[in-house]
Amino acid sequence: MMAAPTDIRAPALTPEQLRNRRRRNIAIALAIGALVAFFYTITIVKLGLNVLRPDP
Amino acid sequence: MSAFDTTMSADSARYSTGPEVYLRLLKPRVMSLSVMTALAGMMVAPGHLNLALGLIALVAIAVGAGAAGALNMWWDSDIDGHMARTRLRPIPAGHVQAGEALGLGLILSFFSVVTLAFAANALAAFLLAFTIAFYLVIYSMWLKRTTPQNIVIGGAAGALPPMVGYAATSGSVTLDSALLFAIIFVWTPPHFWALALVKQGDYARVDMPMMPNVKGRPRTKLEILAYSIALAPLGVAPYFTGLGGAVYGLVAAVGGAIFLGYAWRVYRSDDGVEANRIAMAMFKYSIGYLFALFATLIGERTVAFALGWL
Repeated sequence: MMAAPTDIRAPALTPEQLRNRRRRNIAIALAIGALVAFFYTITIVKLGLNVLRPDP
Repeated sequence: MSAFDTTMSADSARYSTGPEVYLRLLKPRVMSLSVMTALAGMMVAPGHLNLALGLIALVAIAVGAGAAGALNMWWDSDIDGHMARTRLRPIPAGHVQAGEALGLGLILSFFSVVTLAFAANALAAFLLAFTIAFYLVIYSMWLKRTTPQNIVIGGAAGALPPMVGYAATSGSVTLDSALLFAIIFVWTPPHFWALALVKQGDYARVDMPMMPNVKGRPRTKLEILAYSIALAPLGVAPYFTGLGGAVYGLVAAVGGAIFLGYAWRVYRSDDGVEANRIAMAMFKYSIGYLFALFATLIGERTVAFALGWL
């Protein structure tokens, strides 16, 4: 016999909670974006002129 | 606690699950002192670090220090709710769960150490990882709840950032960077015990073995004075090793004398409201003193760089 399907829907969020979740998501996106920018900058600076103008 | 306070904390629990709560897990005020001392370490160190890499390294050190704060709040969330000073921290206030602080702390620790390794060097990254591990394991988990020497030894974690910064620029650990470490290390006990004198009841409630609770107030005041006597000349030492200039020497000498004055007044104070007022004043002054020392080091180097450009 099959068990009755369980309702797994998340409880409805209040507008307040939805707004805060959106702000958290934006903050995480900014943090990850900053990390990407940092690694990109580190790469460019370390390669830097050595690649553009290698020692003769 | 007044009804007003209750309403405030209940409201903030409902509305404050935004990103700023996670920022509070990083202990921004402690972070700012770490950034300041790390920047001073970076600037006084010999060697050259590209400006962009230096800024990234500084952010990495700041985030690493914040991560240590989040891990500390995770571990101490059981007692923080019982102390007036800490009961509004995000976890005891119910804004975030302890597991979230742990996750945030671990993730930020990892990325800050890796980023510092790439932006600066492996030694600096190792020192940052050591700082975080020391603060969490040696201080928070072990010493804090077992010995009145907790903040003396644990203070090493707070004293390491200038060494991390110094290593980021120079790739080395030297006597000069050890001197910056020593200043903060010796500064920590009188700084914290001045607060512990005021918050003695708080610490007693959670059975935390702070110096005033274990050895008594007179002994604490004596040790505050002893550490202050050691600190005042130590603060001036960078002037004599050439790390700091004349302005630094002056700031450190005057600042150290005032520091000693506070320690003396705390030592001579009776117990009561007035004694707590002096101890609290000393606590606040001690923060300004450390800020002033490292800000002067930074200022002197900034002026020197600026003159070099002209």
